[in-house]
Amino acid sequence: MVKKLDKVDVVVVGSGWAGGIASAELAKAGYKVVILERGKDQTRADFIGVKDELRYTNRYEMMQKLAPETITSRVSLDEVALPVRTRQEMNAGTNLGGGSVHWAGSVYRYRPYDFEIRSKTIERYGKNKIPDGMTIQDWGITYDEMEKYYAKWELTAGISGEPDPLGDTRSIDYPNPPMKASPAVQLFKDTTKKMGLHPYQMASGNMSETYTNPDGETLNQCMFCAFCTMYGCDFSAKSDPLVTVLPTATKTGNCDIRTNALVRRVLHENGKATGVLYTDTRSGEEFEQPATVVVLAAFTFTNNRLLMLSEIGEQYNPETRQGVIGRNYHGQFNSTFLGARGFFKDKKFNLYMGAGALGGTLSDYDGDLFDHTDLDFISGGAIELRQYGDGAIKSNVVPNGTPRWGAEFKDTAIEYANSNLIIWYTSAVMSWWHNYLDLDPTYKDEFGDPLLRVTYRLTDQDKNIAKFGIEKCTEIMEEMGADIVDPDEVPDEFDHIYSGGHYAGGVIMGTDPKTSAVNNYLQMWDMENVFVIGATAFPQFGSHHPTPTVGALSYRASEGIEKYLKDGGGMLAEAKPTNLYV
Amino acid sequence: MSEPREPEKQQDGMSRRNFLKNSGLVAGGLVGGTLLGGLVANPFQKGEKKPLLSNENTVQNFEARTFFSRNEDFDVLSAATERLFPETSKGPGAIALGVPYFIDRQLSSEWGTNAYDYMTGPFPNISEVTQYEKEDVNQNEQGAESETKVPTPTPRYQTRMKRAALFTEGVHALERTAQQQFDSKFIDLSPEQQDEILQAFANDEAKMNGVNSKTFFDLLLTTTIEGAYADPVYGGNRNMDGWRMKEYPGPRMSYLQDIEQTDFIVMEPESLRNYQGH
Repeated sequence: MVKKLDKVDVVVVGSGWAGGIASAELAKAGYKVVILERGKDQTRADFIGVKDELRYTNRYEMMQKLAPETITSRVSLDEVALPVRTRQEMNAGTNLGGGSVHWAGSVYRYRPYDFEIRSKTIERYGKNKIPDGMTIQDWGITYDEMEKYYAKWELTAGISGEPDPLGDTRSIDYPNPPMKASPAVQLFKDTTKKMGLHPYQMASGNMSETYTNPDGETLNQCMFCAFCTMYGCDFSAKSDPLVTVLPTATKTGNCDIRTNALVRRVLHENGKATGVLYTDTRSGEEFEQPATVVVLAAFTFTNNRLLMLSEIGEQYNPETRQGVIGRNYHGQFNSTFLGARGFFKDKKFNLYMGAGALGGTLSDYDGDLFDHTDLDFISGGAIELRQYGDGAIKSNVVPNGTPRWGAEFKDTAIEYANSNLIIWYTSAVMSWWHNYLDLDPTYKDEFGDPLLRVTYRLTDQDKNIAKFGIEKCTEIMEEMGADIVDPDEVPDEFDHIYSGGHYAGGVIMGTDPKTSAVNNYLQMWDMENVFVIGATAFPQFGSHHPTPTVGALSYRASEGIEKYLKDGGGMLAEAKPTNLYV
Repeated sequence: MSEPREPEKQQDGMSRRNFLKNSGLVAGGLVGGTLLGGLVANPFQKGEKKPLLSNENTVQNFEARTFFSRNEDFDVLSAATERLFPETSKGPGAIALGVPYFIDRQLSSEWGTNAYDYMTGPFPNISEVTQYEKEDVNQNEQGAESETKVPTPTPRYQTRMKRAALFTEGVHALERTAQQQFDSKFIDLSPEQQDEILQAFANDEAKMNGVNSKTFFDLLLTTTIEGAYADPVYGGNRNMDGWRMKEYPGPRMSYLQDIEQTDFIVMEPESLRNYQGH
């Protein structure tokens, strides 16, 4: 028996940056908002006194439990997909604040090239630069249009940083000064500067100073305690929805947050959504929450799966290459974040200190800032040296050729515990006709609904860009004076490990309803009162970490939803059919 | 081998309370230090002392197995972990660090019973499982999580066996292999012979029921490393001696004053128990 609740203006599925921002903006504008979060409630108090590497890093305390629901995974279309069964193999954030609570805090904007990658690649290199089957496309929005939303998010989040010497136009400075540089970070910056590159201190969601944002929320100064990525911050010094947009939303009196509320369907009638169906995961009770606007702001997998289970929009079919939902799925998997590790014989760093986004970075090999004429790939990435703060379990890396166990392993790992550094390339990932999402024919969740199925394989583009990055990182690590430099290996194939949380696409934005699911306000072409916010909207992965772009897109979408509610409906952007490929 | 130590030995002649007294790193001082900005770095900082134990200078040890029911299984496990992580000039090995107890506890936890994992079928048959398990690479040493993960392989978990059962079978398989190969108990073999067997498991050349020997070996290795270096609350890293070996300070509130320091700073380690202020 489904209990029908009172209608609200907006129901938001998910409470991370995507859902939190939209909820805060609409609640501030006076609309009645309900947030439904599948996970439990959590606050700063949950993170005080739990600096426990085993529990959080190795046993994935902050991550979704997979027993009730996971994904299945395969490489090619003729394979049977198998479930991703353990949290070693997949990390997806859960609980109030979502994945935005355990994030590291790396902040980059995507570049003008990222937003118009197809046109700009063709313009500079000609049509043949884009290989057959690569389904990259322009976002339907430009960097110049996105700039104000990025600025707004950076102010809300209190980002610490200094300008990228090779950066794009900015309307504001970062609201907080850059973080202090540890000696390891300084070594990276000094070395690369000498090499004629353009290093700078990575912009960060870890606060360099105590900060109060425009909504009146205060964040504390980061203590470099090292329990950052994979943890919630015990000092409210990492910018996340728990300390910013969620309290902003609830303060208005217009926003009701319900946790343990698992949304299972978007309900719709005559081409319009009427609300959502959710289950209280404690009692098993089912509720219908009617709303004028439905916002899907859950994780990539959930946004896609909810649309598929609710039969909204046309499922992408790789055989016919028709349909949009599940199309252009991509992410930063095992071919990305590769580089080189250096081992120093006579140098020790205080590597047990650190913060999620403490790092040095450079943009010399980013986007299209370097000439790709003679290169066998497009786009690029940042080269970073990060000092997260190593736990004692983690710091067991040894040079290649060292035995993996026994006395020599043990002693060598101890020897280098505070004397090894890694540099990596945050390479972009393109989309392809054969990488997509749909519902699995075999495996089910605890309610009997099909799991989401991922079909994903690596391409030459992925391997070539990885190889390029590894070479650059190796050069830098050698210049930095490491005694042993071990370059990473380029993987042969996608390894079905979903770590790092950077998975995207499937409900992508654009100007043509044939090749995109949402317009540039993240409003669905096929159902005007459903907005799908998140990295699901990325048509391909940019050359950096995704969070700031998710935040900026949520501000963009919020503006659209407000207009939609004020106008009483209607499409916010005009469809412009392109006679592209697919 | 299953009961390798006396309570007094465990403390290396120094009681927990004395250690705290000597280092001065108790809860009150720690909190004050952090708020003042990084004074925690000073191991001799004065602070309010809070007795941890009512009984002066003694710690009663109640450690026991709650998973492995047979002594001999625990003995095999202990011997194997000691070969993976032996005592060396750098410091204690797996047994002295309590790693076998750590593993025993982990196997009766929700991790050992795969409570949070998707364990719904159909499961592929064992030959297919073998295939998936062979595909694994050392991906944890590189890529997005290489800065947080323990650097041992993560194969696709496609067996219906839970980790607890997998360990029991693995320990039995070590013993069976010892009997077949050397006509001797695993624990009575020389270290070189034990290594030979373990290497066969690592190379996926040993026989196991329901799962690949390499999968068991990788899991055993990962868990052994975790046991050596996880917070002592879990039963391993006894006396924080794992942390001492690599000069790891344990959980701290702040390094704000030290993050730019070029010299390496060694601190007496602290555990979660200190940190939580109990």
